[in-house]
Order: sequence, then C-alpha cells, then structure tokens
Amino acid sequence: MAIRVESEMHRRRRSQNFGVAICLVLFIFLMMGLSFVKLTNSGPVEGYDHAPRPSMEEIDLK
Amino acid sequence: MAYVTEHNTDYDPVFSDYIALLKPRVMSLVVFTAFVGLMAAPISLHPVEAFCAVLFIALGAGASGALNMWWDADIDAIMVRTKMRPIPSGRTSRDAALGLGVALSGLSVLMLGLASNWHAAGWLAFTIFFYAVVYTIWLKRMTPQNIVIGGAAGAFPPLIGWVAATGSVSIESVLMFALIFMWTPPHFWALALFMRSDYDDAKIPMLTVTHGRKSTRRHIMVYAMLQSALAVTLAFTSVGGMIYLTIALICNLIVLRNASLIWLRNEADAEADNFKFERSFFKFSLLYLFLHFLAILAEALLSPYGLGGW
Repeated sequence: MAIRVESEMHRRRRSQNFGVAICLVLFIFLMMGLSFVKLTNSGPVEGYDHAPRPSMEEIDLK
Repeated sequence: MAYVTEHNTDYDPVFSDYIALLKPRVMSLVVFTAFVGLMAAPISLHPVEAFCAVLFIALGAGASGALNMWWDADIDAIMVRTKMRPIPSGRTSRDAALGLGVALSGLSVLMLGLASNWHAAGWLAFTIFFYAVVYTIWLKRMTPQNIVIGGAAGAFPPLIGWVAATGSVSIESVLMFALIFMWTPPHFWALALFMRSDYDDAKIPMLTVTHGRKSTRRHIMVYAMLQSALAVTLAFTSVGGMIYLTIALICNLIVLRNASLIWLRNEADAEADNFKFERSFFKFSLLYLFLHFLAILAEALLSPYGLGGW
C-alpha cells in the first residue's frame, strides 16, 4: 500500500508527536549516559559461576 | 461525583497541554528542594546520577499533579484560580490525565530505583500515593486539615533527594521535610483568606469555611511559630551554618511579624485594604522557602572551601 499523503489529523497532532519524539530521543541519550557512568564508576564485576573463587573464601585473621 | 467538564473533541491537544497537566510551577519547587537535599547530603553523586535523580523525582511530582487534575476536574472548573487548567478548559480529556499520571508514576519510580537506589524510589512511590490517593481522593474534600496533611506530599522532595544520595534518612532530611510541612498550611490559609469565594464555591472544607476566618488567622500565627522554630533548629545541624542561621533569623522575624499582623486584625480592616497583609504574607512565604533552601545550598557548595557549615 502506498504511503498516504499527510492527512489533516497528522498536521493537527504535529506538536504532540514532535514533543513525544524529542522526549524519547532525550530519554535514550540519558539512559546511555547513566549506563556509562554506572559501569565506569562501579568496582570489578564478578558473575557467580558455581565454582569456588579466592574472593569468595573467608579469610581467617587469627 | 458529577463532572462538569467535557473534552472539546474539535481541539487536538498540543504538547504544552500535557506539560501543563504536570503542574510545571509545582515541579520547579520540587526540582529545587530535591536538588538542595541531594547537594546537602554528605555523599556526593556523579553529576549524571544527580541529574537523573532530580529529574525522576520531578517526574514523579508531575505524575501526581496529573492524577490530581484527573480527580479534581469538577472542582477545578469552579475555581477561578484553576478553571483554565487543561481539563476544565476542554483542552485535554480526563482519561488522558489519568493515563499520563499512571504511566509517569510507574516510570519515575522505576527509573529512580535504577538510577539511585530503591529506598529513594520507595519514598517517591509513597509520596505519589500520598498526594494522589490520601490527599486528593480521600482527605481534600473531607477535612479542614486537608492542607496540613497534603502539605506532607510537597515536603518529601528534599528528603528523597537526600536518600537518593545517601541511601538512608537522617535528622537533617527529616528537618528539611518538617520545614516545608509546617510552611505549607499558613501559606495556603493566607491564600484562602483573600481568595475566599474560590474555596467556598468549590465546597472544599478549608479552615476558613469550617472554623471561621478568625480561627484561620490564629492557626497561621501558631504554624508560623512552629515553622520558625524548625527553621532555626535546622541551622544547628550538619547542613546549617552562619549563612543559613543569618537568613533564617531575618526571614523568620519577618514571617512572625507578618503572621502577628494577620492574627491581630479583624475582617473589616482586612477588607478595607483588600487583604494587604494576607497578600504580603503569601508572597513573602514563597521567597521565605526559596531563601532557606538557597542558604542550605550555599552552605553545601562553600563548605569545601572552608566557608560554609560550622
């Protein structure tokens, strides 16, 4: 089906659609920035693989 | 409940109509106080995390504003102060306000939890629930103490900002909450004294209607004293200092003077000068809150240079 020529409704709702689009784009960039900060500022990440690791063992200070 | 408002179906809402549903003026106060709460906290966040925390707290406040407009559409249409809001003026439908309010509530709580911590997100969820359900739906039309209880919702942002940074509640954050909590009732009672027909027409049980105007004047005086005591106490915590103490002393002397002028005069005098003192109390109380939080922010920003704090 061919893409229709812009209807009158699209014109009336342009402000609404444009505003939502800007919000979504800003949200994407915000999430990218937040993810970058969280990942670069956190300490080393270790996944649990059901195998004993030195970092999991209790240290006997006696 | 009879709804007096109809959505004008010939009009398609523009983006700014949806922004208006979020009460941007209230949001600006929320942004400022939440930011101060966050900056005054002893643990500092990365600027991006801090920005996200304040943004999602503000979004939560906006969501509760939309839910408030959804429920109060009928009385908003009656009051002069509120009848140009998007729903009573026919620019948006009640369903749109409900949808926006619910969606942004969920989004703001979820995102604050992910961006900061779940303790802060829990406080934000409680605040939205408190404002939309406890205040708007339950108590606003039921008790003359509506504004006292509703004031709590507006008082939470600095506490949430603090919790977003530290992960816990402290005496400083509770005192910042208490200051706004005590500030809210006299601020709105002064408004009710000079905008009296609005609340009467909407049949909202404001103190001026249920207990009389003389009692309201007395209440303003008592709350102004409590508010002043709290404001000065905050000066002696870790967020206070000489700057804050000086501003608090000056502002609270002015507030106590203005409150006593309202308390001591009668209705005839008030009507004769078109509620001059009530209007000046209302206007100054906006500046009062701004100056207190600005002073806390100044203390926080100057303390690394040895100038702020005790």
